[in-house]
Amino acid sequence: MGNPMKIRAANKDGVTEVKVLVSHEMETGQRKDAAGAIVPAWFITELVAKHGDKVVLSSEFGPSVSKNPYLAFKFKGGAKGEKITVSWKDNKGDSRSDEATIG
Amino acid sequence: MNNQRRTVLKSGSGAALLGMLAAAGIITPGMALADWNKAAFDAKSMADTLKALGAGSPADSKDVQVTGPDIAENGAVVPVGVASSLPNISMVAILIEKNPNALAATFVLPEGTEANVQTRVKMGQTSNIYALVKSDGKFFMATKEIKVTLGGCGG
Repeated sequence: MGNPMKIRAANKDGVTEVKVLVSHEMETGQRKDAAGAIVPAWFITELVAKHGDKVVLSSEFGPSVSKNPYLAFKFKGGAKGEKITVSWKDNKGDSRSDEATIG
Repeated sequence: MNNQRRTVLKSGSGAALLGMLAAAGIITPGMALADWNKAAFDAKSMADTLKALGAGSPADSKDVQVTGPDIAENGAVVPVGVASSLPNISMVAILIEKNPNALAATFVLPEGTEANVQTRVKMGQTSNIYALVKSDGKFFMATKEIKVTLGGCGG
């Protein structure tokens, strides 16, 4: 399941800015461990952000997104107290979904 | 992990259908995430990546801004942002020319979402980074060189 994401969403002048910090190893599959064996790739492939039921951002990641990925974006609309949901899936089939309230 | 395959198998002429889907490249063996654009993320060079994204040879545009540091001390964490004032942007992608696989991330922006995303990427070495945007069905690109003093892809 992974650790919870940190999500901040703030509305200003009708535009909501969302900042997400995901907790994930994002292993590239290029690194070798001390014994010289390749560390298998393990990274988030898809991340979707929703405002209520409406998708506001859907992204696909490759392994070259940094460890513990950070993402910031803005969308029109949203009001204080409404929900933002962010979910991700990784290449091992693991997934996680977290929720935040627009402040 | 294999929920989709089970569903397909249950829906009548499962095996034949699965074979067809596999042949059509919709389901690739060993990969349950059908949506993920494997071809684009596996492509090594810039040209192959652009081709896999269906972008062809995008025009350089002054209306696309790619932001990042001039010099990144740590290639494992390089903050990169893409912004654009072009109309009707439906897709944004970040590409790093000299990484083992050029494509770092793609973002699909539904209507109402601004063409302004920031994230952090890994860079193996000093390289040009490209921001690709799709506006009104056409592709545009902007570039910036980031010097890396310590690579983020090695051991």
